[in-house]
Amino acid sequence: MRDILTVALIWSTIRTATPLILAALGGMFSERSGVINIALEGKMLAGAFTAAAVTYAADTKLGMGNASPWVGLLAAIAAGVFLALIYAVTCIRFKADQVVSGAAINILMLGIPGFLSGAFFLSSGSTPQLPKEHLIPTTPIVIAFAMVAISWYVMYRTPFGLRLRSVGEKPEAADAAGVSVNAIRYWGVLIAGALAGLGGAYLSIGQSSLFTRNMTAGRGFIALAALIFGKWRPVQTMLACLLFGFTEALSTQMQGAVKLPSGEDIPVQFIQMVPYVLTIVVLAGFIGSSRPPKALGIPYQKEQ
Amino acid sequence: MRTLARELLFPAIAVVAAFIVGGILILLVGDNPIVAYRLLLGSALSWPDGIGYTLFHATPLIFTGLAVLVGFRCGLFNIGAEGQLYMAAFATAWVGITFANLSAWLLVPMCCAAAILMGALWAGIPGVLKAKFGSHEVINTIMMNFIAILLVSYLTQYHYKIPGDPILQTAPIGWGAHVARLGKFIPGLPQRIPLNLAFLLALLSCLLVYLFLWRTKWGYEIRSTGSNPSAAEYGGISVGKQIVLAMAVSGALAGMVGINDVMGYRYRYYDGFSDQYGFTGIAVALLGRNNPVGVIIAALLFAVLQHGGIYVDGFSEHVTKDIVQVLQGIIILFVAGEAFFKYISGRIGFKSTEKI
Repeated sequence: MRDILTVALIWSTIRTATPLILAALGGMFSERSGVINIALEGKMLAGAFTAAAVTYAADTKLGMGNASPWVGLLAAIAAGVFLALIYAVTCIRFKADQVVSGAAINILMLGIPGFLSGAFFLSSGSTPQLPKEHLIPTTPIVIAFAMVAISWYVMYRTPFGLRLRSVGEKPEAADAAGVSVNAIRYWGVLIAGALAGLGGAYLSIGQSSLFTRNMTAGRGFIALAALIFGKWRPVQTMLACLLFGFTEALSTQMQGAVKLPSGEDIPVQFIQMVPYVLTIVVLAGFIGSSRPPKALGIPYQKEQ
Repeated sequence: MRTLARELLFPAIAVVAAFIVGGILILLVGDNPIVAYRLLLGSALSWPDGIGYTLFHATPLIFTGLAVLVGFRCGLFNIGAEGQLYMAAFATAWVGITFANLSAWLLVPMCCAAAILMGALWAGIPGVLKAKFGSHEVINTIMMNFIAILLVSYLTQYHYKIPGDPILQTAPIGWGAHVARLGKFIPGLPQRIPLNLAFLLALLSCLLVYLFLWRTKWGYEIRSTGSNPSAAEYGGISVGKQIVLAMAVSGALAGMVGINDVMGYRYRYYDGFSDQYGFTGIAVALLGRNNPVGVIIAALLFAVLQHGGIYVDGFSEHVTKDIVQVLQGIIILFVAGEAFFKYISGRIGFKSTEKI
């Protein structure tokens, strides 16, 4: 246990927490406005795939050189927003069940990257390797932590944040005060798409150098867990992401088992389980309670 | 008959629409949709391989589709069938390994019971958490999927793997736990096709789910809870009890996937064996309009796609088997847009107090 807390591990924690922070903050904007977001996973996959594919294409087809990862990054955000728009239209405009639509987005995005990379790169689900100089390993980290402060400011110090929160808590009251419930929810869901897409992009063109099949490996759900564990608040959510990032960093670094001072092994699976178990415990209110926005999951029906 | 036709009309439209969107995507990547769809759908009709494998692939989907259906009928979204079937499959294998020397008369029922009980237990936990603490079953079942997958992978890797085996799988189960393949009874169907008695169990389960939900008091109470929980509570139904019961039944159904895979196909627990059965079950239940017969039809459709996906991979130039997931996602999106509105509007009043 002594040499667990090394500089390398702290650095690795920050890197693994970055995509989680971006996606979880996105999820916060969506959920605080009253729209459940189990589709974070799918949006991250969209971002990860688009970033890698567009970066590659921008370099090889358009000759954009060092600008290509930035084009990839923007494209990833656009992909997240596009997917979020589909989600928003089904859930807000057509009042479809948010969980079902979210599950549909996730299933769809399990298929789309493989489908497209099979067609364009003749591969079985991954994009070509990108050269090292076309990766952006640090900027997304800075963006992620800056987004925590920005999100806090937007959420608690701007009229938009106030409206967003009121729409998620008491949509009728917000509506009566002249706030367009659905418009605010569209914004919430679209912001979630942009941030989750960005988080996904970091996985493929920041942390690694290509997209691989199902690259997010459940990170969208860990981000959702962190959001709940962080009680739908920006700073707490960031701390939860760091904690969950730490468990991931630990399990990657240990490659098998962590040795306790007593000489016993903790199998890596148990370390990986920590975020999920903590979320269940917190949600049940065993350690402090985590209360979701009141109107979460309920499509808004204007009274006649 | 007319109501059945009307019920089937919308899902049929959703499927056709999804195929059109999918066809456009196939065109965009430079292949001929007609050729791709012929590969995707046509291969399932050949005898014995096409039909045998399609029915084999349909078996787990009928189970998970029914599992999701029972949850939905109680107003619950069991997104955790995946975790439940993993736990159940491992429990099945555990019994089959631990009591390997018992005769089939004892071991088959014991293994089946292990699958059913483990599935019920794993789904019952989020049921209890919802009934007692109001935590949302969607989040808890998602979390428990991951916990289940990690737990069984740990157990397999550290305790039940044959030392030196490069594959993450358990030792084989005893002969007494094997379930016969249908090829044994059907002339012309070779026994190498893993279609087994679990398929008949799946069909029987459809009947049992129908009888349970529509012909018993428990089923009535579950459906009342699903359609209007506050009215059900007012009418003297204990909503919490129905939630736990529905989740347990749902998990038991998902758990029966373990019977198909462990007792009828691989004869051991194989880590990561599920091909997204739990999540496809959501699509199956939705497309089947939460109706047991509809579940069979929808499961067959997705099984055809799953079987055909292999041929698409092999024989088409650009299109990969990922088209199956894409079609599935689009189908659910289309179905969600319409069908779910009805269910959810019934849940609105209840949902406002619970945690997500």
